[in-house]
Amino acid sequence: MTSQEKNWKEISPAGVCWKSSIQFLTGDWKTYTPVRDLEKCTRCLLCVLFCPDGAIHWKPEKGDIEFDLNFCKGCGICANECPVNAIEMRLE
Amino acid sequence: MQSVIKQEILALNGDEAVALAVKQSDVDVVAAYPITPQTIMVERFSEYVANGEVETEFVCTESEHSALTACLTASVTGARAFTASASAGLALMHEILFVTSGCRAPVVMAIANRALSAPLNIHCDHSDTMAQRDSGWIQIYVENAQEAYDSVIQAFKIAENPKVLLPVIVGLDGFTLSHTLENVKVLPDNIVRKFIGTRQLPFVMTHEGKRALFKLDPENSMSMGPIALQNYYFEFKRQQEEAMKNALEVIPQVNEEYAQISGRHYGDGLLEPYHLEDAEIATVCLGSTAGTVKTVVDELRSEGVKAGLLRLRTFRPLPVEGIIRYLQKVKAVGIMDRSMSFGGHGGPAFHEIRHTLYDIQNRPYIVNYIYGLGGRDTSPSQIHRIYENLQKIVRTDHVEHLINYVGLRE
Repeated sequence: MTSQEKNWKEISPAGVCWKSSIQFLTGDWKTYTPVRDLEKCTRCLLCVLFCPDGAIHWKPEKGDIEFDLNFCKGCGICANECPVNAIEMRLE
Repeated sequence: MQSVIKQEILALNGDEAVALAVKQSDVDVVAAYPITPQTIMVERFSEYVANGEVETEFVCTESEHSALTACLTASVTGARAFTASASAGLALMHEILFVTSGCRAPVVMAIANRALSAPLNIHCDHSDTMAQRDSGWIQIYVENAQEAYDSVIQAFKIAENPKVLLPVIVGLDGFTLSHTLENVKVLPDNIVRKFIGTRQLPFVMTHEGKRALFKLDPENSMSMGPIALQNYYFEFKRQQEEAMKNALEVIPQVNEEYAQISGRHYGDGLLEPYHLEDAEIATVCLGSTAGTVKTVVDELRSEGVKAGLLRLRTFRPLPVEGIIRYLQKVKAVGIMDRSMSFGGHGGPAFHEIRHTLYDIQNRPYIVNYIYGLGGRDTSPSQIHRIYENLQKIVRTDHVEHLINYVGLRE
């Protein structure tokens, strides 16, 4: 706890979120990181659809996907679903 | 100062009186699951819905857990929500009771107080609501069907006060009140609507630092109660305690405002003293039993016995100052509990009132009378014996039994 944390008189009631989930980086929970083989990947985007955290983004300007490691929890669903086995989960 | 409104007198039982109060209170959502002795409340209300007499969204759920969840979720969008239950139904709501108070959702719930199984029993005692004592709900116990009607109307105004924002239970004794016909004075619909008014929502700060009305609204997104760990949980609980303290001020205000239009008030809304000014012996009780005790007090007074009664109308928040003020000069107090706290030292009302009086100088003798479990009838003669017992304690300066069971075969 830091001194910047508000006291009970200052916070909104009922646990109204005082901070956006964008500021709460859940990526540091992971023990495995997805590593993609760019040769094998067909950009089918199944991983984008399956990622439960929305941490894989389709970047149309690049014509490619991007992992947002700030929010990837390392669950490995993308690797499991990848039809060409282009994603490997590597121990951090 | 408003003048008292002319009122119609209807023959209603306690449950019907509650249903009518809900009908007049402009409730947006009613979600419920039937359970004896509450069922009539929801039956009557569903008739109002079927007849098009109300615009309420009526949700039939598959359990009480879901019923309260529906009310909670409606309430956090800014709607006015009501549910009703009893006994095992309230027990099944246990988890969501805490979520409701924690989300500061001003849901109003009527409970037709009933014993808990096993063995199965459908009749009155206060085990169901007493078991939810620490769930963060305001608890009001009523003496008759008239008060049930009045208290449900008041409950919305108390719950929705932005300084309170807490859910309220209005408890009426199962069968004794829920199923017994009484003459009930009812206010006109428009007067009740005007008295409660529309829900006032406070402004809160969202995660984006925006000032927004405290409700779930797609235009002003916010999340309520998702998670608060070691860093913030404690602070939110402290806020709930403050809201309870605020309710100690709001309940008497609402009681007074209601008295101005209806001509009826219940003590100060928290406590109702009866012949306590010079009382030497007194009892404290909750609910319909107070009616019987008042009759006994009248008889004792006519015999010259300085007997009194303190009816604890609001059990949560506990009106500590009033309890001390009314009971500090009494010599012996009998606390009547209609529930048990197994393995504890007496019933829940006894614990709390004895604890409240601990710090005063020359505190009275305080003894416990547990009575009426599972709907067992409590007669005037039994209450006479309680007062005789209190007189004996004063006379002999000795308490023979601290915890007594009234009407139990021993």
